[in-house]
Amino acid sequence: MARFKHFFRQAWQNAYLALMVMFLYAPIGTMMVLSFNASKSRTQWGGFTLRWYTQMFASRNIVAALQNTLLIAFLSALIATAIGLAASIAINGMKTAPKAILIGVTNIPMLNADIVTGISLMLAFIAFGISLGFQTLLIAHITFNIPYVILSIMPKLKQTNRSAYEAAMDLGAGPVYAFFKIVFPDILPGVLSGFLLAFTMSLDDFIITHFTKGAGINTLSTLIYSEVRRGIRPSMYALSTVIFVTVLLLLIASNFAPRKKEKV
Amino acid sequence: MKKRWIALGLVMVMAGTLAAGCGSGEGETAGSTPGTTALEEGGSDELYVYNWGEYIDEDVIAQFEEETGIRVIYDLFETNEEMYPIIESGSIAYDVVCPSDYMIQRMLENDLLAEIDFSHVPNVSQIDPAYMDMSKAFDPDNRYSVPYCWGTVGILYNTKRLEELGVEPPTKWADLWDERLSGEILMQDSVRDAFMVALKKNGFSMNSTDEGELQQAKEDLISQKPLVQAYVIDQVRDKMIGGEAAVGVIYSGEMLYVQGEVENLGLDYELEYVLPEEGTNLWLDSWVIPKNAKNKENAEKWIDFLCRPEIAKLNFEYITYPTPNKGAFDLLDDDMKNNKTVFPDIDTLQNSEVFSYLGYDVDSLYNDFWKEVKSK
Amino acid sequence: MNRQNFHTGFYRKELLAGPYLVWAAGFIVIPLLLIVYYGLTDRAGAFTLDNIKSILAPEHAKSLWLALALSFASTAICLVLAYPLAMILRKRGVGKGSFIVFLFILPMWMNFLLRTLAWQTLLEKNGVINGILSLLHLPPQSLINTSGAIILGMVYNFLPFMVLPVYNVLCKIDDDTINAARDLGANFTQTLLRIWIPLSVPGIISGITMVFVPALTTFVISNLLGGSKILLIGNVIEQEFTRGSNWHLGAGLSLVLMAFILASMALIAKYDKNGEGSAF
Repeated sequence: MARFKHFFRQAWQNAYLALMVMFLYAPIGTMMVLSFNASKSRTQWGGFTLRWYTQMFASRNIVAALQNTLLIAFLSALIATAIGLAASIAINGMKTAPKAILIGVTNIPMLNADIVTGISLMLAFIAFGISLGFQTLLIAHITFNIPYVILSIMPKLKQTNRSAYEAAMDLGAGPVYAFFKIVFPDILPGVLSGFLLAFTMSLDDFIITHFTKGAGINTLSTLIYSEVRRGIRPSMYALSTVIFVTVLLLLIASNFAPRKKEKV
Repeated sequence: MKKRWIALGLVMVMAGTLAAGCGSGEGETAGSTPGTTALEEGGSDELYVYNWGEYIDEDVIAQFEEETGIRVIYDLFETNEEMYPIIESGSIAYDVVCPSDYMIQRMLENDLLAEIDFSHVPNVSQIDPAYMDMSKAFDPDNRYSVPYCWGTVGILYNTKRLEELGVEPPTKWADLWDERLSGEILMQDSVRDAFMVALKKNGFSMNSTDEGELQQAKEDLISQKPLVQAYVIDQVRDKMIGGEAAVGVIYSGEMLYVQGEVENLGLDYELEYVLPEEGTNLWLDSWVIPKNAKNKENAEKWIDFLCRPEIAKLNFEYITYPTPNKGAFDLLDDDMKNNKTVFPDIDTLQNSEVFSYLGYDVDSLYNDFWKEVKSK
Repeated sequence: MNRQNFHTGFYRKELLAGPYLVWAAGFIVIPLLLIVYYGLTDRAGAFTLDNIKSILAPEHAKSLWLALALSFASTAICLVLAYPLAMILRKRGVGKGSFIVFLFILPMWMNFLLRTLAWQTLLEKNGVINGILSLLHLPPQSLINTSGAIILGMVYNFLPFMVLPVYNVLCKIDDDTINAARDLGANFTQTLLRIWIPLSVPGIISGITMVFVPALTTFVISNLLGGSKILLIGNVIEQEFTRGSNWHLGAGLSLVLMAFILASMALIAKYDKNGEGSAF
């Protein structure tokens, strides 16, 4: 009886898992299938084609948007990591009151609605007289990335052993040298995950980009938005498929190669 | 590694001055790191164009770039209302923009436009004088705008779907209030176009400033809302081709594309276009140069280039909106010249009007009413 | 010597916050103050509360109310779906678990708009679902452009935000606690109510805010899946800015929206003091 119950529970759980996986992947799977459909119809199979893929890569807009997206994600993550790392070290050494204020400020872009963050940045750029374009996008992305970096690094910094750092300095090491020799290796995983998190947040952002982007510049998100509002084209399905497969490969590589099951 | 130090240095610079520009705003310049400031003074090899979606043949841009060596940065908007605040705030300095009639009037009234130096635009002579006259409604001395496309707004319907529903083909705006079309109507998601439909249906001017008339139009739009499948703009075309809806409000210029596509796809239904009896919106989109344009001469070269008959013809064949360019029209074959859907006779347009800008207060009233419609 | 060294080190450390301080002041604090400024002034620049009061105008109140209702509904659905999922994931967590967890995180890495686009494809009148229905000789359903479609889009997009924090908290619950409860004769419902749920409150709360805030403020999902027929507060604000009649009004409404976000921040601070429930 107990065994039966156990079996039953297992089966129920498997069914639930399967159902959820289906819910999450059915839409993506559908798009992947449709990306190879020669007919533009979504309900009739018109034969296999790679036309939408060639169309996609031939499109000047899509390629430019892809480049922008990657460039902005990389630069904004890099700069956010630099600023965030410096800030984390400083915050970690601060007294309670300024620390609380800074952490509070850091939380604002994370907890605030994207639409408000986007609008506020747009108003600020206009007030500062910075014309909307690549630079404003980069600044906006750095702004919302820094908190993620700080949040990834702070816990690691708290765990570092202060006495080792002080011992190194007692032995005559300069603070910078001591930091890079003693503290940095400890917090490196936090720095890296902060960078990655920032990178992906930047890749995925639409709303803030929507309000801060300027002339002739699109990221994939804004491009897709304008395309979708104009009507769905099969080349968008092709794009989805390419992105999904890339993400899948990247994640498999990063999650299963070094065998660290800590991030996210 | 080097890049990293550049970036690090940049952080300090940016944090200090915030002024560090960042290459030019184009994707192709992937190589330019944010350190290289844009060539502010050497900006004369660039042109910032702000145009409607699907409103130019991309080859035309390429040809222009090749011929002049000017790099075109091309950006899209979907409605006049979306375009206006961007120009007004000056957040992006576009060099040449293509708004519609009433919006040009509004931009003029708010002193946002620069006078075009027509000595740089000799090809303006190719534009049919009739359209220059039409322009006078919003640009009294023809000093600020050059017509690009014109057209009407009408109803596109799916013959087969209507047959299935047992509804006769529409002939007037009032037919869009037919209960049998529940969930089958695509309306335009822009305030003036939507109110035009309701105002015209009631026999009012689509430039009405009378609160009572607007109130009635609003009530009508609210009562129509349950029948409406969606409020969309550019999607009307693809949704109608895809058979998503039975009727849709659409710009005349989409017709050639729509009918061509129906043929290409071998669809088992036909899409027809009708100009409603009550009259409709006769519109004109023209190129203008904003006051804060940085590359005014390039903008004039651009306008001149587009006025060339061969170029205008190329463009017409791609976007299929009627061209006001006499030279281009003469180059077309007779079938096209006589296509009444594309080039309607002026006498069928008696009841039609051109939008005019109604001033901030009335505009706000329209917007508020539209919001009420949408939130119902 | 040593003391001095420590002091200079300390001093330098504080300086490291410099770039961030400037950045945060310029791009977090000033922008927010600008929203406040715009929200509390009219076009002429005079102080007014009208922009904020306008939330009471029927069309705005309704859009806020709709946004609240839809985001409540989708948050609740997310919780109901995610909690058992997190429990199962925790149970399977050892060994192959990481792959299954990975499976549930993966869609989150896909572009948000493409995920929403996928649902448009499925739900449209001639979309995939109706295609399947007609193959089965069932009548077509009108799925797109309804509140239901918007809720579905919200649930689909934000479900991982609920699964992750709940899963993280559940993983911290000691097996011994559960076994002890069971040994003492507690049945499943009792363990669920007395052990599981109380111990996972921080995760639930942080999951709720992580779903609720983006759902409340979205304008994309309602635009793409609602056919612009359903106006949420996010749409109103977006349109005030982009189709732009009135930035002051948009800013005023943003302030109202921020009040709701502050409320949920307060909620999270109350229940999740140690940040255990954070997703990352």
